[in-house]
Amino acid sequence: MSLPDPAPDFPEAHHIAPETLLYLDGVSVSFDGFRALNSLSLIIDRGEMRAIIGPNGAGKTTMMDVVTGRTRPDHGEVLFADRIDLTALNETEIANLGIGRKFQKPTVFENLTVFENLSLALKADRRILFTLFARISAEQTGRIEQALETIRLTAQRDRAAGDLSHGQKQWLEIGMLLIQEPDLMLLDEPVAGMTDAETEQTVELLHEISSTHSLVVVEHDMNFVRDLDCRVTVLDEGQVIAEGPMDAIQSDPRVIEVYLGR
Amino acid sequence: MGPLSSRLFALESRRGWTVFMGLAAMLMLVVPVLNLAVPPDSWLHVPTFWVTTLGKFLCFAMLALALDLIWGYAGILSLGHGAFFGLGGYAMGMYLMRQIGERGVYGHPELPDFMVFLDWKELPWYWFGFDHFAFAVLMAMLVPGALAFVFGWLAFRSRITGVYFSIISQAMVFAMMLAFFRNEMGFGGNNGLTDFKDLLGFDLSASTTKVGLYLASALMLGLMYLLCRYVVTSKLGRVLIAVRDAESRVRFLGYSVTRAKLFVFTLSAMLAGIAGALYVPQVGIINPGEFTPAKSIEIAIWVAVGGRGTLFGAAAGAVAVNGAKSLLTGIAPEIWLFFLGALFILVTLLMPRGLVGVVRQWRERRAIAKTSRSDSHVSA
Repeated sequence: MSLPDPAPDFPEAHHIAPETLLYLDGVSVSFDGFRALNSLSLIIDRGEMRAIIGPNGAGKTTMMDVVTGRTRPDHGEVLFADRIDLTALNETEIANLGIGRKFQKPTVFENLTVFENLSLALKADRRILFTLFARISAEQTGRIEQALETIRLTAQRDRAAGDLSHGQKQWLEIGMLLIQEPDLMLLDEPVAGMTDAETEQTVELLHEISSTHSLVVVEHDMNFVRDLDCRVTVLDEGQVIAEGPMDAIQSDPRVIEVYLGR
Repeated sequence: MGPLSSRLFALESRRGWTVFMGLAAMLMLVVPVLNLAVPPDSWLHVPTFWVTTLGKFLCFAMLALALDLIWGYAGILSLGHGAFFGLGGYAMGMYLMRQIGERGVYGHPELPDFMVFLDWKELPWYWFGFDHFAFAVLMAMLVPGALAFVFGWLAFRSRITGVYFSIISQAMVFAMMLAFFRNEMGFGGNNGLTDFKDLLGFDLSASTTKVGLYLASALMLGLMYLLCRYVVTSKLGRVLIAVRDAESRVRFLGYSVTRAKLFVFTLSAMLAGIAGALYVPQVGIINPGEFTPAKSIEIAIWVAVGGRGTLFGAAAGAVAVNGAKSLLTGIAPEIWLFFLGALFILVTLLMPRGLVGVVRQWRERRAIAKTSRSDSHVSA
């Protein structure tokens, strides 16, 4: 006799606290035998800013791919907000739930202007027939212009996004994320390729954003992570090896081994 | 101005409207007048044959617009658009067949000649309704639209893009060709549908009917251009450009790439169907030759020559390439294919943005030369 297992009753089974926004439990992903994520568990609270660090191949980007629906996990649970199962949804559906993502390599729409890029990201009805008849309102224009100011691209408003510098593209993508008004923002290496001055401004910007949004920032640059001044999770070989404030992390022997031992 | 008319006006720049209106007047007033009102012995007279040839080119221009809408803006290169054009053509052909009535060779009041020849006793179910013009016109849009919807849904849902999509679209048109060659399909097999007599009671061999069909083609091309212009200047148009340039990024913004592509692909197929329906009464025949893969590839060449992603260029490219084809096949038919191949290679290598790109570049250079000249004036 093989009766199906009773469906797990989520609240009792997992004790998910009401303040939890993102919940990953036992998530594993393999690519051709390579274990990118190995039973990864991670909890992000509402309103929290979290930095995720780890050496190359630790599974940081794969973790983001799993959360945003680009990769389906082999095992494990990925729950968002009111226990919505993200593994059953595609990228578009997840984006509409309120999870925004900035990619490692800045991907903006090069043939559209800065303004048009932002107008596409603007929170609005995404249905195709609606977009066919949509007109931009004065209120929406105002919001885009406000975002332009935040990301310091007001002067570049009508330039093609392809003509921007690398750092400006990174900012434009952060701006697109902002104006999308997601509940959770995932940023993959937001300061890669930026000058020191730009990095500093980005830290400022992220602090501003974090007062109203939940943020997960993946980064290599340790100084940048220290400046973010938030809880840090260290990944290695697809697992969480340490979690806590930056000072505690830096003195953790396992972290030192992973970062310095090779 | 009401919101609709102001929006219509905003579809084009001031100069764009001037060119559009100028061309419309040229095609819809000057050409018919030179044909109908100028006596045939005058050197200004445009022979009816030319008018019909131009009408055919205008149908090709519509087809090019349809392809440019998906290729130039959404990055979907269909090498099977002849399928939708042909289906629209067959829908119109079926209506024209039913209009023949007892005037066919076998004189059967209901069945077209080829069915009598095949010894069929009654009209197949899918021929019902085609004796009504409105039904045939509706089908000329709906059948291509439905095929595109199903084909597109399967392809876009599975995220088949780029060259893979082009190949399966080519396979689709090839499959259609094989199917329509079969007599049992009930569309006249190899010979297709022909020997049409009249349309809505107008004799198809009369000059006035031919000019009328030409005018309908010119009008439809204009309307189709404005419709496509509306789509590409809307927010959806920007979504499509975004899909073309960075498809997966669009998904993470929350837009359904599958639906955006499906919408524009289906719309494009319906436009191609209308083009086919206007083409058939002007050439007097529709057969499976319209489904040859080479014909579908040729459409992509028209668009590339004119300049993809410009709409206007696609239409101009279709007329230019087909004009050259008419000339060359008249003078030296054996070199046409070599010419077409060379044209495609040269355009790809030397003018990647087509004729429109060349014109734009030339205009920009002139503007720069002008400003630098006026600068030197000031300094002097």
